[in-house]
Amino acid sequence: MMTDPGLLALVALLLPALSFLVLAVAAPLRRLGRPAAWFSILCAGGSLAAAVQAWAAGGDDVSRLLWAWLPAGGGTLASVGVLADADSTLMLTLVALVAFLVQLYSVGYLSDEPPPGLGRYYTYQSLFAFSMMALVLAPNFVQLFIAWELVGLCSYLLIGFWYQKPEAARAATKAFWITKAGDVGLLIGIVLLWRQSGTFDFFELRLLAEGGALPLAGLSLITFCIYLGAVGKSAQFPLHVWLPDAMEGPTPVSALIHAATMVTAGVYLLTRTEWLFALTPEVLAVVAWIGAFTALLAAVLACVQDDIKRVLAYSTVSQLGYMMTAIGAGLAAAGFFHLLTHGLFKALLFLGAGAVIHAVHSNDLSHMGGLARRMPHTAIVFLVGTLSLAGIPFFGGFLSKEEILGAVWAGGFVGPFLLLMVVALLTAFYMFRVVFLAFFGEPATAHITATVGAAHAGHPHDPPASMRVPLWILAAMSLGVGISSTMAGQMLQFGPAEREGPAWLMPSAVGVALAGILLAWLTYQRRTIDASSLAAAFGPIRRAALARFWIDDIFEGGYRVGLLGFSRAVGWVDRYLVDGVLNALSAWTLTAGDDVRGMQTGRAQDYVYGVAVGLLVLLLWVQWVLA
Amino acid sequence: MNGLPLLSVMTWAPFVSALVIMFGARHRPRLVRWTSVVGTSISLVASVWVYWTYDRVAAGFQFREEIALVPSLGISYLLAIDGMSALMALLTSIIIFAGVFASWTVKERSQEFYALLLVLVTGVYGVFVSLDLFILFLFYEIAVLPMYLLIGIWGSSGQIRPQGIFGWAMGRTGVGTKEYAAMKLTLYLLFGSAFILVGILALYVANGSQSFSFLAFEAMQFDSTLQTWVFLAFYVGFGILAGIWPLHTWSPDGHASAPTAVSMLHAGVLMKLGAYGVVRLGMGLLPEAAVDWAWLVGTIACINIVYGALSAMAQTDLKYVIAYSSVSHMGIVLLGAATLTTNGLNGSVFQMFAHGIMTGLFFALVGLVYEKAHSREIFKMGGFGSMMPGIATAFTIGGLSSLGLPATAGFVAEFLTFLGAWTSDHPWWLFPGVIGAFLTSIYVLRVAKQIFWGPKTDDPHFQHLPDAQGPEWAALGILVFVLVLFGVVPSLAVGPVDTFTGPFLERLVGR
Repeated sequence: MMTDPGLLALVALLLPALSFLVLAVAAPLRRLGRPAAWFSILCAGGSLAAAVQAWAAGGDDVSRLLWAWLPAGGGTLASVGVLADADSTLMLTLVALVAFLVQLYSVGYLSDEPPPGLGRYYTYQSLFAFSMMALVLAPNFVQLFIAWELVGLCSYLLIGFWYQKPEAARAATKAFWITKAGDVGLLIGIVLLWRQSGTFDFFELRLLAEGGALPLAGLSLITFCIYLGAVGKSAQFPLHVWLPDAMEGPTPVSALIHAATMVTAGVYLLTRTEWLFALTPEVLAVVAWIGAFTALLAAVLACVQDDIKRVLAYSTVSQLGYMMTAIGAGLAAAGFFHLLTHGLFKALLFLGAGAVIHAVHSNDLSHMGGLARRMPHTAIVFLVGTLSLAGIPFFGGFLSKEEILGAVWAGGFVGPFLLLMVVALLTAFYMFRVVFLAFFGEPATAHITATVGAAHAGHPHDPPASMRVPLWILAAMSLGVGISSTMAGQMLQFGPAEREGPAWLMPSAVGVALAGILLAWLTYQRRTIDASSLAAAFGPIRRAALARFWIDDIFEGGYRVGLLGFSRAVGWVDRYLVDGVLNALSAWTLTAGDDVRGMQTGRAQDYVYGVAVGLLVLLLWVQWVLA
Repeated sequence: MNGLPLLSVMTWAPFVSALVIMFGARHRPRLVRWTSVVGTSISLVASVWVYWTYDRVAAGFQFREEIALVPSLGISYLLAIDGMSALMALLTSIIIFAGVFASWTVKERSQEFYALLLVLVTGVYGVFVSLDLFILFLFYEIAVLPMYLLIGIWGSSGQIRPQGIFGWAMGRTGVGTKEYAAMKLTLYLLFGSAFILVGILALYVANGSQSFSFLAFEAMQFDSTLQTWVFLAFYVGFGILAGIWPLHTWSPDGHASAPTAVSMLHAGVLMKLGAYGVVRLGMGLLPEAAVDWAWLVGTIACINIVYGALSAMAQTDLKYVIAYSSVSHMGIVLLGAATLTTNGLNGSVFQMFAHGIMTGLFFALVGLVYEKAHSREIFKMGGFGSMMPGIATAFTIGGLSSLGLPATAGFVAEFLTFLGAWTSDHPWWLFPGVIGAFLTSIYVLRVAKQIFWGPKTDDPHFQHLPDAQGPEWAALGILVFVLVLFGVVPSLAVGPVDTFTGPFLERLVGR
């Protein structure tokens, strides 16, 4: 029996790779659609089993498997392999789990997709699962970067899956470019760190860092550059703009890539290299402040969205800000814990939203309403997800949120702490706004009749079993994690005791969340508070939020005017000046040739004159110069 | 080695098939093509064999063949191959093999077309494997001259509006026509080869007019002043072919006007001849000057990277985008070499290979798209992804390699170059390099989105377009496979190159 967690993790990693290779090469199988889907799901299931085994077998052991990848100077410059330890196998399990459930769910969700499209979808999904696992298990910065870029590629491919929609094609490239801008920082950071330390290997780097053998000069720049990569991937301000647009992809993709796994890669990276960032507290402070600011900004934006997926997308940005703040406050474990719980309940929320979208054929909240009676399963699991996100005790996100708030307070970051408390209020508010608008209140039948036709009019219903099962599994796990962690609160202490929050923290955080729920209830359910007067009270902020604080416009303007304009100027210079000089030279040559040609008249007399003049000059020259 | 003169077989097989085509396949187009396939296959097999059996432990020059030609002047037919040239020969074989398939549909005078193409390839092989500089120069000219005819006869013209203070001159020279492009390219490259010839002769005289052998030159310690000037001559001469700024403008016009296989070969392999010449002759023979001039080579390379990328972004003609991307990527090649570090040089040589394959792929694809859609205007096309998924996928993979995405050859090459840049004497070179990669991602994906992965246009011409067919798949398949294979297993290429880099740098900087 294989019990080495490294080998098990390797199996988990290679199964999706196998699936990808088979689907990529065997075009006939891919074009069949459903068989390709089931093959991919089978591999994902096997991968999940291996990942769970690896996690269970691991404990606190660290298992490293390395293979030389890139030679240099007779030795090895970089290796690839597997680094299986407690954190990475746990994350591996999350990735494998959500990937498996999402693939399962997609069979139902994409049932209308033509077979070749479905095959393409599962090819990308398999590549994503492989790349994400390679990222999680990366033993060094090189493999991390490789996988980091590959998950970015999968994100690009899957956002643009319905590329015939102009918005989808646009969102895909936008996502790629914005995250790539962050990756420029990451790449620079890796190169700089390599020169500073002579290695890419996490294990060796950690020994150097903890042994104090890593030169500190310039290290802040390095960690900041690495952080830039995380800013792009984990959608921190100001590079968060790609994530809401990424919702153009199919909803299961949003659940997997843009909620549970890929976007958390930045958080995971900082967790993995916690010992490195610990050497540069000033960068950590930046991380904390940007994280808290991002959390607030995104929460405000989430309050004004009418698209259910966009609410969830901004909520993801906001929660990523939460995790980042915890890391910045010096307790990466709390951020990592929230990453895991968030992965479960946010995937749940997205898949739940997917079920709703599948039923009403619209993303718009105003086209929903009263769905709780028609889709009870979906409503219950969505409520579980919402309560988890709001941080209510006995639900998934409760303890992880408490940990973060405690860590931030204990770390002395009062400003970010206050921001996060506001965010907690807003989170509960905007999520329950969605719940009340979509699942309660009056059904919006007009839209459904208009778009779906009389046959289905007014009959949105729960999704088929293949979609329901993943929902219930995720709901059960969110609840399970919530209940067990709430009950055993003390057992799950991550940080040292002095990093714990004060006693008033937990009641006040829960109180804030309940206040948010109450406000949403009064506004959108009881209608005691008029939604429009509430909006009017926050007039300027609301207008700014509806314009996304103009951040997207700034990027757009920078791209269109700054970059494209500048490139056109360079192109003009190249064509008309740099090349122009060359053309001028050749034109002069041609003209000179034409002029000289005039001398060759073809008349014998002219040549005789020429000979005579030449002879005369020669004679004079001999006479005067040589004499 | 084992009696069979592998390098000669590799070099002359295309030439022999060109003769067979000219004299034995008159008016039989299918026979012309299959003869070309056979000839290039022989070269491909030979180069793979050489590459595979190259002894990495022994390193140095292997598979030597020597025949004295003019003993009184020290000219001999001396062929040998080392880690760098083995990779370059392999690149040449792959590109020409794919190029033969990519030109399958050439209708007009296909016999002469294939013959010229094959003669040209013999010249390319010759440059990579000759160690006698006289012979090397002869091969170099053979590689450059057929271009004139290939572009002038089988090329395509475009239209460029004269503008700016030199607008008057553009009308005079006929900018945009294929004749202009052919003339410009040939004159520019011959201008460069004059410098090369002067450089070679200067070294020959300084060496006592004994021998043209590279090994003899390498053993010499030339005077520093001579080194300085000869290095510059080699740098300018070969650099023109490598597309160094601001002497690069032959390349976009030439590549845009050339027929598919010629663009593939020219951007894919011939530009590498330039870089190869700078590294092998310039840096290899003149170590002192190479160190002294590294700042110039590297700085110009940085300009190439960023300037080329920005120019590519400004283009509206697909072929010009690819041509300018070559200018940008050749910057990476020369930047890597100028770092004078192990990783930088490995990256440089690897980038020669990676860029050769990816740009060969690109030009093949542009040719296919043009053949199906009869357009190269990026912003008139749209939504081809659903009609030609194979071409679209291949273009995307090429593009991803171009922007340095991991798991393609482009990433490894760029990454090594960046490592080299930051450990060189001019660490700031890293930043233009990285920015260039970012700019590449913008212009490549913009094009991919516009043409393939975006909404369909309403243009009736673009409603029913076929995907690649028959032999066209061969070209795409081979190139995509190589691009991914060398990206996933980079030691395939870096291994042999590394055996070259170590001793080479030892001579240069003693490390």
